[in-house]
Amino acid sequence: MKKTKWKQLVAMCLVAAITVGTMAGCVQKNGTDSASGDAAEQNENVLNVYTALEDDQIADYLEEFKEQNSDVTVNITRESTGIITSKLLAEKDNPVADVVWGLSATSLLVLKQEGMLEPYAPAGVENVLEQFKDDADVPSWVGIDAWETAWIVNKEVLKSKGIDTVPTSYTDLLDPKYQGLIAMSNPASSGTGLLTVNGILNLYGEEEGWNYLDELDKNVAVYMHSGSQPAKETATGEYGIGVSFGYRCLLSAQEVGSDICEAVFPEEGSGWDMEANALIKKDGEKEIAKRFLDWAISDNAMKKYATNYPIVATGVGGTIPEGYPENPVEQLLPIDFNVAAQNREATLEQWSERYDAKSAQKEQ
Amino acid sequence: MSMIREKLEQITREDIMRFVALYSVAAFLVLFLVCPLCILFAKAFQYKDGSFAGFTQFIKYFSSNAMVYSISNTFFIAIVSTIIAVTLAFLFAYSLSRKNVPMKEFFRYVGMVPLFAPTMLLGIALIYLFGNKGMLTTLGIQIPLYGKVGIIIAESIYCFPVATTILMVAFSAADNRLYEAADTMGTSALRKMLTITIPNVKYGLISAIFVAFTYSFTDFGAPSVVGGNFNVLATDVYKQVVGQQNFNMGAVVGIILLFPAVLSFVVDRITSQKQSAAISAKSVPYQIKPHKITDFVATVFCSIVAIAMILFFAVALFASLIKLWPYNLTLTLSNYDLSHVSAGNGVIGFRNSVLISLMTAFLGTILTFVGAYMIEKNYRFPLSRKITYFLSIMPLAIPGTVVGLSFILFFNASAFQIPFTDYSIINPFHSIYGTIWIIMLANMVHFYSVPFSTATTALKRIDREFETVSESLNVPFYKTLWRVTLPMCFPAICEMWVYFFVNSLVTISAVVFLYFPTAPIASVMIVSMQGAGQTAPAAAMCMVLLFINLGVRLIYEIIHRRQSHGI
Repeated sequence: MKKTKWKQLVAMCLVAAITVGTMAGCVQKNGTDSASGDAAEQNENVLNVYTALEDDQIADYLEEFKEQNSDVTVNITRESTGIITSKLLAEKDNPVADVVWGLSATSLLVLKQEGMLEPYAPAGVENVLEQFKDDADVPSWVGIDAWETAWIVNKEVLKSKGIDTVPTSYTDLLDPKYQGLIAMSNPASSGTGLLTVNGILNLYGEEEGWNYLDELDKNVAVYMHSGSQPAKETATGEYGIGVSFGYRCLLSAQEVGSDICEAVFPEEGSGWDMEANALIKKDGEKEIAKRFLDWAISDNAMKKYATNYPIVATGVGGTIPEGYPENPVEQLLPIDFNVAAQNREATLEQWSERYDAKSAQKEQ
Repeated sequence: MSMIREKLEQITREDIMRFVALYSVAAFLVLFLVCPLCILFAKAFQYKDGSFAGFTQFIKYFSSNAMVYSISNTFFIAIVSTIIAVTLAFLFAYSLSRKNVPMKEFFRYVGMVPLFAPTMLLGIALIYLFGNKGMLTTLGIQIPLYGKVGIIIAESIYCFPVATTILMVAFSAADNRLYEAADTMGTSALRKMLTITIPNVKYGLISAIFVAFTYSFTDFGAPSVVGGNFNVLATDVYKQVVGQQNFNMGAVVGIILLFPAVLSFVVDRITSQKQSAAISAKSVPYQIKPHKITDFVATVFCSIVAIAMILFFAVALFASLIKLWPYNLTLTLSNYDLSHVSAGNGVIGFRNSVLISLMTAFLGTILTFVGAYMIEKNYRFPLSRKITYFLSIMPLAIPGTVVGLSFILFFNASAFQIPFTDYSIINPFHSIYGTIWIIMLANMVHFYSVPFSTATTALKRIDREFETVSESLNVPFYKTLWRVTLPMCFPAICEMWVYFFVNSLVTISAVVFLYFPTAPIASVMIVSMQGAGQTAPAAAMCMVLLFINLGVRLIYEIIHRRQSHGI
């Protein structure tokens, strides 16, 4: 017995010695650059792209780039706008993403204010309209298209509740007969949710805007994770009205047929935002990242975007996709994105204070 | 000096092997279980910038209305689901083990099916059944699905198989002599139930209750699908960590999630120690006596449960096969085309999932078996063995959410600050952050305890004489292990392997935090597909995982049968 104890002691000392030894090798004084060894060397064959573009669009858009750069592994991180934004913010000191592709301008402005973007003028940036890019000489971000608030109405669901009108304005949505029938996206996680809230605050002004949202909240059944989800689930008949964005509403309405669903662009105008690209500031930005940004505003890419959105960064496309308002630019409310970006955090905090707690209370 | 040399000479090769084996397992558990948990605790008491926060984060958490609601919501869900699941499981297990029910095997397997699918599948099936346009809704059965009702139904089904398994084991250990004695004294059936049956299975019952409670308290899949605005802790922690990247607040919620699990763990430990005396060597196995009425009732009950289960999974299968619910019910296989989901990552994610599950099963089985063997069949290092044993059963008390959270906190940091100094330790494991290996490690830790217990039980059954004899014949222990112990434990090893595989394939709660675009996996893709409203492809992906798991289980059953026939 004594022998085993002794051995155990030796063994434990050995382990301890090894552990301490390794640990000591790992200890460093704060402030020394731990990343000096591995960060500077950038692998040009790997491109990390963060994006909030729609899942079903990405593969189609990306096809050409992948063909041209078959030796490059493109890692796509796709999440809703809010999640991509907080991910980028959290990784600020040690960014994973090389480029951001198709993230809302409001979010990119937040990143710019945090000093996370490296200005870069992609080839062909002169073709992009003034209001679609950062106003500096070498822009920090460049837009690709615009998307706007719209809702989809499931007429069949409304009919089953004895309603035969289709709400066409924000004011219509407050009608008590729609109580519990509206699905909307949560601005904390969804860019569509945020631009809708921004649009409403812009339209009614700060105070009246929140009053409107309070009223709207009475009719809302659920706040959803992504911008698409309200439209998709309204199309499957789970809800009567899904507040989402133009592209998704039109597509979902088309899928189920116009006799059942209808996409509506609000009479008062739509909150909107741009999907835009940017280069993330790093120790050494990759050449392939810049090439990607060049490609992402090339004519061919713009043509692809234009199949889904009527307004792209080079202007209103030749043919407006079916279902959009005839003059898509007029539909957009005049939103100051710099202000929206500055207020983003405050708006989200206000929103979750009002409706996160409330939605839980309602259940009780 | 000479004494030391003498002592060193006494250390044999075998001793070194034992030493290395035991301490490797211990080191694994310390590194990937204890260290991450310590970081989790540290983070909960820190601000975002790393400065000491004391309890301010906790106070902030509890002063937020929304958060307090989600705590009470979570308790409500967990309690109600536990009552429903355990009651049903009790009746089901009782019927199968104490009543003359035909097709017992069939019922047992059907009752197990929910184990093999991701919990989102239950949520999706619920939407198709009870949603606004659901099949049963249109027939006039209307329930307010989104929110607590939906979550409770899904959790009850999710907990049912585990509770049933535990109770089946409890029911199988009965002493028929007690019932014979009761019969001779003319005791009523109810009295027998209350005075013999229930006390007999009470430890199993307690264990089932706590397991069901922990499962439903910490599940992420079902609330994310049918939760609506009904917030629970598991989705809260996801919103905090993934949605707002607020890791410190996430750590606070993680610690709150740990409480009931730790409580159930302690209770389970205490009760399981008492349990051993319940059955003696003289006990006679229970004899099922035919009783027309109760047998019939039991059969009807089992059939209802089986039909409900089959209905659920048939609906889920249907959901994955139709074009556009509810307006275009054409059958199609296009939802199964994985190459179109998640920006073309579907196939990779699916492949990764299978790869991770295979690796987890392979390495996990080796690790848990070696661990169990070194603790069970080794008489050296008593203290280390005790500590390793404790660490081995600890994962039972750690909800997946907490495993995932502590992993992301641990692996994400490139260095750890040593408190009160200017120095920090470089994290040697930082490089596996964002790879599939971190997911594999998380699964190994998360599912460690059950296979470990399986191995321990199997090893306990093997007579110690084998070791004693071989030692006296100077046969090294690894030869005995290879020639005697391993072959005898083969069924147990298969079972451990299947457990690791099946669970790794469908788990979400832990890996949802470790998901990385460079290492996509299927189960998390399902969550984001569902979150983007792509319900049918999400259902299809769930079905694929379910089929793989059923296939693996089937192969296991075949091997198992062949083995037991052979002996």
